[in-house]
Amino acid sequence: MEVAVIKYNAGNISSVCHALRRLGASPVVTDDPEMICRADKVIFPGVGEASTTMAYLREHRLDRLITGLRQPVLGICIGLQLMCRHSEEGDVDCLGIFDTEVKRFVPSGPQDKIPHMGWNTITDLSTPLFDAAMEGSYVYYVHSYYAALCEQTVARTDYLQPYSAALHKDNFYAVQFHPEKSSDNGGRLLKNFLDL
Amino acid sequence: MLAKRIIPCLDVKDGLTVKGVNFVNLRSAGDPVELGEYYSRQGADELVYLDITASHEGRKTFTDLVRRVAERLSIPFTVGGGINELSDIERMLNAGADKVSVNSAALRRPELIGQIASHFGSQICVAAIDARLEENGHWICYANGGRISTGRNLFEWAREVQERGAGEILFTSMNHDGVKTGYANQALAHLSGMLSIPVIASGGAGEMSHFRDAFTLGHADAALAASVFHFGEIRIADLKAYLKQEGIIVR
Repeated sequence: MEVAVIKYNAGNISSVCHALRRLGASPVVTDDPEMICRADKVIFPGVGEASTTMAYLREHRLDRLITGLRQPVLGICIGLQLMCRHSEEGDVDCLGIFDTEVKRFVPSGPQDKIPHMGWNTITDLSTPLFDAAMEGSYVYYVHSYYAALCEQTVARTDYLQPYSAALHKDNFYAVQFHPEKSSDNGGRLLKNFLDL
Repeated sequence: MLAKRIIPCLDVKDGLTVKGVNFVNLRSAGDPVELGEYYSRQGADELVYLDITASHEGRKTFTDLVRRVAERLSIPFTVGGGINELSDIERMLNAGADKVSVNSAALRRPELIGQIASHFGSQICVAAIDARLEENGHWICYANGGRISTGRNLFEWAREVQERGAGEILFTSMNHDGVKTGYANQALAHLSGMLSIPVIASGGAGEMSHFRDAFTLGHADAALAASVFHFGEIRIADLKAYLKQEGIIVR
């Protein structure tokens, strides 16, 4: 099985690759359209700022490439946010795969720390990405922006308010947390994605 | 709910863990990767690897170690020690570290924090602060592993690093470190109340109740400890069970 990890101007792609290798996969990090289109699975990972990463995707024509993919695609963290309609981070229109807005967490006092950093629970799970046993389990988050709940929400997390921990539409999946840093639960999720 | 984090800290010299580890059945108890995996299996939420090597060769060994840790570990880890400039940060991130802590270099050149935040994002930037409560009642920041007083006030410096873009603060009380009578909960509570970024408590853990107090009295977001874990005085799995019983949200 070929797994393509989309290469763009976002950080922290190597830990996703390490996690995939621990599962026995051989990920290829690439921005080559042919290789991405040919892959059995595509991962759209990364840590970064929405408007600059979105500008890079447009400049390299990766935006249309991603929205046109037919195989299972998994967005992670900023990947999820870029797959939404619009992000408040840099006020930018994104890929529009998921019909929801990305907003900044608004703290109501110093007890509300931003970024949302650490381990939090995922609930109301659906889609084959999740095992039943993962309901209420902990995953690792680092983010200051979140995707609002919508019809395509397939997992939710509560931090300051409930938001989309995962989204799904057709062949497109995305998670806001970092499966590559979420210990056994994260490994299971990545394996479930590879098994789709 | 967001869980409170438990973070073992591993001191590394020339690629090996320094503090005695006499409890674990590891092939090589001195191997930081194996020890990290052991803690991860027990339920550690994150790890900190601190490079206490001085030599240039040691630094290279540490980078190789970070690479091996990144390959094997599936929880986040922070690296620190000897981070002086942006190129050090880049080297650590490229090797696979999730976060990098800066301490003395930031006290010498505060603008470094802002540079790190704008180059790599606030979320990777942990500002480590060693401070001592002086006899005059003021908390003062120290540089170079607690050897040099900077005269800077802890709370003013903490606010400044937040404003400059640090993503987290790792506060070690030099008065409490190694004494095993609990964390500096009053100072922690003050920091936590005035800052909008997470605070990691460090220095003073001797018993399981000390972790509870760091969360309930100190309002810390995470608690770091070294020797109580390394010497097997507290097992992380037992600590997590205890904290749950005490009504604290842990993973």
